[in-house]
Amino acid sequence: MTPLSLALAHSLPEVILAVGVLGLVLYGALRGKASDGPVTEIAVGLLGAAILVILLGFKEQAILFDGAVIDDGFGRFMKVLALIGSLTALVMGQDFLARERIDKFEFPILVLLATLGMMVLISAQNLISMYLGLELMSLALYVVAAFNRDDLRASEAGLKYFVLGALSSGMLLYGASLIYGFAGTVDFAGIAAATQGHVSIGIIFGLVFLMTGLAFKMSAVPFHMWTPDVYEGAPTPVTAFFGSAVKMAAVAITVRVLMTAFPGAEAQWRQIIVFISILSMALGAFAAIGQTNIKRLMAYSAIGHVGFALVGLAAGTQEGVFGVMVYMAIYLVMTLGSFAAILSMRVAGHAVEQISDLSGLAKNNPLMAFFFAMLMFSLAGIPPLAGFFAKWYVFNAAIQAHLYPLAVIGVLSSAVAAYYYLRVVKIMYFDEAAPAFDPPTPALRVVLAITSLFVLFLFAYPALFIDATATAAKSLF
Amino acid sequence: MIAALFFYLFSAVLIASAFLVITSRNPVHSVLFLILAFFNAAGLFLLLGAEFLAMLLVVVYVGAVAVLFLFVVMMLDVDFAEFKQGFMRYLPVGGAIGAIVLLELVLVVGGWRVDAASLANVASPAPPAMSNTLALGRVLYTQYAYLFIAAGMVLLTAMIGAIILTLHHKVGIKRQDVAAQNARTPKDAVELRKKSFRQGV
Repeated sequence: MTPLSLALAHSLPEVILAVGVLGLVLYGALRGKASDGPVTEIAVGLLGAAILVILLGFKEQAILFDGAVIDDGFGRFMKVLALIGSLTALVMGQDFLARERIDKFEFPILVLLATLGMMVLISAQNLISMYLGLELMSLALYVVAAFNRDDLRASEAGLKYFVLGALSSGMLLYGASLIYGFAGTVDFAGIAAATQGHVSIGIIFGLVFLMTGLAFKMSAVPFHMWTPDVYEGAPTPVTAFFGSAVKMAAVAITVRVLMTAFPGAEAQWRQIIVFISILSMALGAFAAIGQTNIKRLMAYSAIGHVGFALVGLAAGTQEGVFGVMVYMAIYLVMTLGSFAAILSMRVAGHAVEQISDLSGLAKNNPLMAFFFAMLMFSLAGIPPLAGFFAKWYVFNAAIQAHLYPLAVIGVLSSAVAAYYYLRVVKIMYFDEAAPAFDPPTPALRVVLAITSLFVLFLFAYPALFIDATATAAKSLF
Repeated sequence: MIAALFFYLFSAVLIASAFLVITSRNPVHSVLFLILAFFNAAGLFLLLGAEFLAMLLVVVYVGAVAVLFLFVVMMLDVDFAEFKQGFMRYLPVGGAIGAIVLLELVLVVGGWRVDAASLANVASPAPPAMSNTLALGRVLYTQYAYLFIAAGMVLLTAMIGAIILTLHHKVGIKRQDVAAQNARTPKDAVELRKKSFRQGV
């Protein structure tokens, strides 16, 4: 039995967020004003404090709360990514929400609750804590997707996400109950022990349902249908949140469940991962070509990128997990940067989101055009930008695991995907100038500059980042 | 002997009322039969010795869910007869699918043996000589405290979400303000005027 104090010390980041949320709910309700006031700043402070505590805190691995939670290097790494995503989305979105008059104090609170859910999810060590984390995250996400409730598209996005999300939660629970029934335990280590050697058909059945639910949260094909509509309909800061933090948590729990609970069923789940990875890469590459809305484009891009990340998971090796983590970290930076640029797309006070609105940006705002172009090149995977290294590590892992067809399909679809990223660059640099954008807020400028300088100069000094990722990946094995 | 008698009684009423839920014409009757089905299922749980689950079924499903159903059925003017129009037409297809699912269930459950190894994995096995409720109470706030708190956070999120999506603060509504009412005096509420007699107002 773990002493309570040690367990609390290990989960201090979660405690900070949970207690902070409760305090903010009270503060917001007693304050009696609808606007967000200092709540966003306090929420950003809490997220920052959680990041600091994780970075400065424990380095060893511990299983806490009677096997409900694991605190390991992999979890800490992915938690920091998710926290960075939430923090940046909050900072970037504040001005947008104020202009749309939806800057209620509940928004940062819901983002904090979703982030708390992600942290529970990432460090889950049994099926119950996984489900509770997933549900805490999803429930807050359904609400923030529909946060602009007077906007028809946002309400539609929220409702669509809710209905499909509830369905996927049901499938995940059904799978979890089958796994519990046939393995006799909800504990990941226990399931791994029960699937050692022979895997019963009931567990495989449950595993398929479980992966269905997780693939929905990752927006992997064929469970991606909600993604373009939700990305387009939700307020842009929410879309940035969906594209960054949520993806981190969903991919992290998928990696953790498959690698720690089902190493015995690797041959079975690899088929599924290869299948959804190929479909996601192909759909992400081809369906994005015809898009005219930049948020929809980012949605298809997200689907494709999840497919690329899953290539590393399909390898099922330590190199593969390392590749997934590098991929997700770089993808987080690229997504946040791209959404900083998208949030800056504002003409005469109104947000615009057509790709054609970017026409001639190079003449109106050369610096922003350059930064955005670098992010697009990086998303396309053009060397020597960071996006190239992300793809290189996952494909390398797939080749080492002898998954040659998967790697070849991945390279081909990334070549197809490069077309629409380059088209954005072409529109910015070579098309007739559209009306100039309003000057972006300082927060957006800083995020855009930092992210594009990161993708631009990662190749110059990758050691720190790569070493930290490699150490974290090792903890899963 | 008596247990077997009650098992067949509860099962028979359960199946009959479940059948009536989907066949009765009046949706209110359907909900009432659903409640009857829940009660009988609770009885079956009692026979199994799962008294906590039985009480939970009654409290949650009968007390909350079924009443909510009843409320919705009575509030919304849904023409259920219209829903059932194609019933006979789709019966062959639906019946065939139902038969296939039943067959599959029989095959799966019939071939299922509980693996002895999987029973040994159970994290909190039912302790002997202790009632269900006591056993649950022992682990819920200790072993599963983390999960209990996490569930609480989920409910808090649901509450905040419901408020933010549905609560509209309308301006210009006249509300009763008791303090203001009590503070009124005849001086500022009543006006006395001299009117001449037989002149009208």
